[in-house]
Amino acid sequence: MALAQNRSTVDDGLKSELRKKGIVVTTIQELYNWGRRSSIWPLQFGLACCAIEMIATACARFDIARFGAELFRGSPRQADMMIVAGTVTKKMAPQIVRLYNQMPEPKYVITMGACSIAGGPFIDGYNVLKGIDRYIPIDVHLPGCPPRPEALLWGLTQLQKKIDHQEIEKVEWYQKGLKREFPIPEFGPKGLIPKFNPEVWRPETASHRRERYGDPVLLGKKMTAPKFETFGDPQVKVGTV
Amino acid sequence: MNTAEIKSLLEKKFPGLEIKIINDGLVLKPEDLPRVAKLLKESPESKLDYLSLITGVDYVEFLESVYHLYSVEKRVGPVVLKVRVPRTSPKIPSLVPLYRGAEFQEREAYDMMGIVYEGHPDLRRIFMWEGFEGFPLRKDYVPEDEDVLEWEDVEWLERHGVKVPEEYKAFAQQLKAAGKEARATRPKPGAEA
Repeated sequence: MALAQNRSTVDDGLKSELRKKGIVVTTIQELYNWGRRSSIWPLQFGLACCAIEMIATACARFDIARFGAELFRGSPRQADMMIVAGTVTKKMAPQIVRLYNQMPEPKYVITMGACSIAGGPFIDGYNVLKGIDRYIPIDVHLPGCPPRPEALLWGLTQLQKKIDHQEIEKVEWYQKGLKREFPIPEFGPKGLIPKFNPEVWRPETASHRRERYGDPVLLGKKMTAPKFETFGDPQVKVGTV
Repeated sequence: MNTAEIKSLLEKKFPGLEIKIINDGLVLKPEDLPRVAKLLKESPESKLDYLSLITGVDYVEFLESVYHLYSVEKRVGPVVLKVRVPRTSPKIPSLVPLYRGAEFQEREAYDMMGIVYEGHPDLRRIFMWEGFEGFPLRKDYVPEDEDVLEWEDVEWLERHGVKVPEEYKAFAQQLKAAGKEARATRPKPGAEA
């Protein structure tokens, strides 16, 4: 994550000295970012087991309220951040892009867990999207299967760090011509159309996974099944309880 | 009741019925399934009134539909019925008129395996969307290559105002000209033997 330099011209030591005397020195930008990062309202939805960890994070033991992100909103219009917690199936992907489009600026996305980052254990499957970053931009990728609540809190603090480093005059949602709505994919005969949005994501040129692990094997060596009739004892008793 | 007893019961009721015990399961011909299931459900000896699940299996040489039956009253089960059908025309009579719970299970087996249950009131896909082609849990199903844009993707993106890089466009055009589809590259089964 490339963070911009924070352009506070006041020396940090001087600031804390003044703070002891009861004088607060700040900049508009600092105040603005402090307010924004201390009240990130997440969008309330979960997709799979990662959602359980997200719920645990919101509960008393881990308490996401300590970081000001406890107000889970039921509507994307009121949310600042989306936690994509869980497996994104191809049937669900259009809805997620739609929710992202409906969120007001500024908006942030955390992908939680291996599935929403890149498909996770389902990467060879036919039904799971290989990463939600194919359709929408992501701020924090949070690996784990599922990540523990501490990891989610860490991801949240990373996002807060990012927010702290944004400059009011340069942030993209005050610029003209900002395009942060992305076309919603549609169902096609083989999968989603399009397969990815090249403005957001592009495939790697070399497959590191294949280099490391080789190709997945479909059905062992031969395309024939063993003769099942010869297996087992046909006189095995079933159904007696 | 065990499987052998059920087999002898069936043979007594339906003389000339072709039935075989394979691995705890009773293998039947597809056309015999409705009458056998009806008898097992209604006869006072078995009373198998609960159809727990229907499973589709791809054995490469044939497709199989497995039925697990239980009796709530007699606390017996599971009794396993299996029906084998050729891959080219997988047609099995539906059990929905007999067991209402078979409806979604049969739709699932149809969706994933392509087994056609004849007489089902509403046989359409249940997990995949309408318009999806192929049956994804069959052994010979190869998913699409999701890292390659095809021509319909390029057209769709341009229609929605997304600029597609030239190299993707050129590759998609090549694929289209060659009449190929971008499928996940995997070793062909049997190739290395």
